[in-house]
Amino acid sequence: MAYSDKVLDHYNNPRNVGALDKKSENVGTGVVGAPECGDVMKLQIEVDGDRIVDAKFKTFGCGSAIASSSLATEWVKGKTLDEALSISNTEIVQELSLPPVKIHCSVLAEDAIKAAVNDFKAKRATTAQEQSAK
Amino acid sequence: MQLPIYMDYQATTPVDPRVLEAMLPFFTQAYGNAASRNHAFGWKAEEAVDAAREACASIIGASSKEIVFTSGSTEAINLAMKGVAEMYGHKGKHVITSLAEHKAVLDTAKHLEKQGFEVTYLKPDKNGRTTAADVAAALREDTILVSIMWANNEVGTVNDVRGIGELCHEKGVLFFTDATQAVGKIPVDVAADHVDLLCFSGHKIYGPKGVGALYVRRRNPRVRLVAQMDGGGHERGMRSGTLNVPGIAGLGEACRLAQAELETEAARAIALRERLQQKIEAELDFVHLNGDAEHRLPGCLNLSFNFVEGESLLMGVKDLAVSSGSACTSASLEPSHVLRSMDVGDDLAHSSIRFGLGRFTTEEEVDFAARQVIDTVKRLREMSPLYEMVVEEGIDLSTVNWQGGH
Ligand SMILES: Cc1ncc(COP(=O)(O)O)c(C=O)c1O
Repeated sequence: MAYSDKVLDHYNNPRNVGALDKKSENVGTGVVGAPECGDVMKLQIEVDGDRIVDAKFKTFGCGSAIASSSLATEWVKGKTLDEALSISNTEIVQELSLPPVKIHCSVLAEDAIKAAVNDFKAKRATTAQEQSAK
Repeated sequence: MQLPIYMDYQATTPVDPRVLEAMLPFFTQAYGNAASRNHAFGWKAEEAVDAAREACASIIGASSKEIVFTSGSTEAINLAMKGVAEMYGHKGKHVITSLAEHKAVLDTAKHLEKQGFEVTYLKPDKNGRTTAADVAAALREDTILVSIMWANNEVGTVNDVRGIGELCHEKGVLFFTDATQAVGKIPVDVAADHVDLLCFSGHKIYGPKGVGALYVRRRNPRVRLVAQMDGGGHERGMRSGTLNVPGIAGLGEACRLAQAELETEAARAIALRERLQQKIEAELDFVHLNGDAEHRLPGCLNLSFNFVEGESLLMGVKDLAVSSGSACTSASLEPSHVLRSMDVGDDLAHSSIRFGLGRFTTEEEVDFAARQVIDTVKRLREMSPLYEMVVEEGIDLSTVNWQGGH
């Protein structure tokens, strides 16, 4: 299979590989996919106020899955939570020129962003509750 | 050293220059039809075919009258299985084969099922091996044919051919073995191994593509086949069609070389294979050998790497021409039927690589390959959430509730 230059670039030089402290209050973590399906993405965001200041990923998957998640971390950095939630998989498909059989990789990346944002929001909600309970 | 490095010798082999040399005269000079009895062109061609037939018989311990030339193993498999089924179908309608066979055997078995035969597909053990005991358990009164490959093309496992052959002869059931990966690589003797029908192919033994042979036993028992190709009655009526003289000359020369060099070549391939495996295992953990550690082909090494995905692995080993155990051509990954029959989990099947080493593989190439595999797997594991979960956090992946699998 032929890969686009952008997929190859992300595969060879993935951006933002790594992990953030899952337990930190400012960090949201999303893990999507399943090993037997051949893709698992973990995407993490660090949030300051309403803005994403850092993002990291780890991905088990094909080159297109790695590229999609790498691109996703680049894109969410500096965005507000709502802006990050509005990133759609079709934008990822376009940017990376993914072929039809690889569209599911972009869907998974979009899901990973949403899962990370939702995890952060849920965390913030519980912290707020705990504080108001005090 | 030239890149990419060819490490796919089970898929096909380059033609040995000595083989090419032996073929060349039959294209432009001695181009006669081997069936032309009236002139020197025909005689010359027939002479070459006879010599090739001798060489093909010799490498498997047969006599030259027992060799039928075909276009390769696929055709020989079709002729053997359909030919036996049609000839002996009145005696019984049961056929035994294995789930780990090549598609050519499995699809032919499916065809027989449509014709009213019943086929038992034996499940190999976790190393991909089938034994005489497995066959014995499946034999029935109405079994007419057992078709078990000599050596598996994906994992290199060598089956208990002699045991199965003895059993079949004792029970009076015909035994066909697809020896495409075995001939020229390990000793094959149709007499001692009690084989009734056997096929092999030129392009797996440094001969040309599009030519192969079927061995058909002539005595104890005499095997008869219904031809699957009608025409001029070539090859004692079993396979009509003007003989591919250059191809057959090449196949004969390939057999001659392989037989003469079998021992040294096998020892060399084993040494290279072990070097590759040891280098990889010295630097990587969670590496699985697919196949049988003891009963295996010299030049075949099939490994799986936990926590990395197959396609990204192949992208990383971009300078190696190797095969992978999964075909990720669609959104739904399909692990190979062979690995599946051995109960290799889908995740491991996806990350399997078959390294095929052969006559022209060098130590330098093996070392380069080991380095590229190690570096790629390490890099991918550094970005694998699964490796992190298992190795750093001690999580059992089977207990995880995965979200949004596709
Ligand atoms: C075990 C086995 N059987 C059959 C075949 C088919 O051989 P051929 O390409 O000569 O038709 C192959 C090779 O692809 C093989 O490895």
